[in-house]
Amino acid sequence: MAVGMFDMLGPITVGPSSSHTAGAVRIGLACRTILKEKVIKAKITFYGSFAMTYKGHGTDKAVVGGLLGFGTSDLRVRDSLKLASEMGLSYSIHTDDNPRYHPNTVYIEAESEHNKLALRGVSVGGGAIKLTEINGFEVSVNCNADTLIVFGRDVIGVFYSIAAILKDRHYNIATIYLDRERRAGDTVIVIETDQAVDSDTVAKIQNMENIIGVVAIEKF
Amino acid sequence: MKIPSIQSMLDGAHGNHQTLWQYVLQSEFLDSGVPAEKLIERVLSTYSIMKKAVENGIRENGPSLSGLTGGDAFKYNTYMISGRSLLSSFNARAIAYAIATNEQNASMGVIVAAPTAGASGILPGVLIAAQQEFGFSDEDIVHSLIVASGIGAVIATRATVSGAAGGCQAEVGSAASMAAGALTFLLGGNDEQVVHASALALKNSLGLACDPVAGLVEVPCIKRNGVYASMAITACDMALAGIKSVIPPDEVIDAMFQIGSILPSSIRETAEGGLAITPTGIEAKKRIFGIKE
Repeated sequence: MAVGMFDMLGPITVGPSSSHTAGAVRIGLACRTILKEKVIKAKITFYGSFAMTYKGHGTDKAVVGGLLGFGTSDLRVRDSLKLASEMGLSYSIHTDDNPRYHPNTVYIEAESEHNKLALRGVSVGGGAIKLTEINGFEVSVNCNADTLIVFGRDVIGVFYSIAAILKDRHYNIATIYLDRERRAGDTVIVIETDQAVDSDTVAKIQNMENIIGVVAIEKF
Repeated sequence: MKIPSIQSMLDGAHGNHQTLWQYVLQSEFLDSGVPAEKLIERVLSTYSIMKKAVENGIRENGPSLSGLTGGDAFKYNTYMISGRSLLSSFNARAIAYAIATNEQNASMGVIVAAPTAGASGILPGVLIAAQQEFGFSDEDIVHSLIVASGIGAVIATRATVSGAAGGCQAEVGSAASMAAGALTFLLGGNDEQVVHASALALKNSLGLACDPVAGLVEVPCIKRNGVYASMAITACDMALAGIKSVIPPDEVIDAMFQIGSILPSSIRETAEGGLAITPTGIEAKKRIFGIKE
């Protein structure tokens, strides 16, 4: 693995911890990005080390800052709990001692004007994150690439049809991840593309047969 | 960038008739595809964020998020200005600025991890002090930061810069190594002196435990950034005098990794050993996280 210049001179971030602060900002931001609208309500539950230490690391401020759309180097993260009410976000913080989840896990149940989202995210170190659950579906998304997440039925040809639409519209598929809960059950397809997929294409996939839902995340 | 060893960095620069910064910059371009002028622009803006953190850090006198630390950069800076410091003005400045940056980190200020947040004070502390003291241009500093990134990248490739994997030697040790090399380059040391300064700094960080109180990046991290900024200057000074590390730089890096792999996990950022489990450390943890008896 190559190490980049800005891995050594960066990331630029609010302190104090890349895992407990920067990563937490990014999970909040992922929630905001998926909803594509201002988040107006959020129930935030911390697990493991997040639950134990969120006060000392400002993990609560970090997640709320992300939900407000602040990036990891935005100083407003420091005052996000105060800014939340001014910006129309009502939030609550909870902790859970369920040992099933990775030490640095947060579960966010969020609402925007038109949408709802339940998101589980893990801060895996150095500011990197992994989204592990979206609306009850298990996924694995790191937000480092433009990503399309398709929830569908596990029937023959679903992936082929999606790939055909992407091909027609000149999107190059960088990576794919495909999983299902059981044979002929529900399936989840995570597709990383070299460019962000536009909303028209997302709508076209959404309207295909055997598709339950589509989430597009632009890399951040 | 793909630079497997300090030796290959020296050989590469020498073979191409390039300075170290030119060689590192070219390696980064070849690997990332980002043009050199864009990379330089980004290093310059990174440096401006480092300066901002120091400005804020020596001015803001308040407590950290946890209340465990704060105000030490202000204290040391005031003391330095009073002229009572035992150290040279340059050395004292570097200490004040390194602490300032790490205090910003502990109070949710914006910092540049260099290479990590816990060790973020050392490299900017040394270079900003050098710029103020000796009048180097931003361009000179950018070149030195590029050299530092090359040294850091070799350490991260051959070993680790993570406290959880290698202890504090991997974080603060790596930062001091990068700073010592960068400063030596800035002051006009030759390539050999640059890499020996970095080796001397890393060598004298070997075995350093990562045992932060309450698991927070504050105690002992903040003051350690100050002390190791000073150590990086010492290593640079020795190298400029012609002193070499008997163990070559790459072998020192490998030794750091080997030591990291045998350090018990209790002193690798788990807060289960050392300072973290002293009576005072445990008391602080209970207070910060509201843990009842």
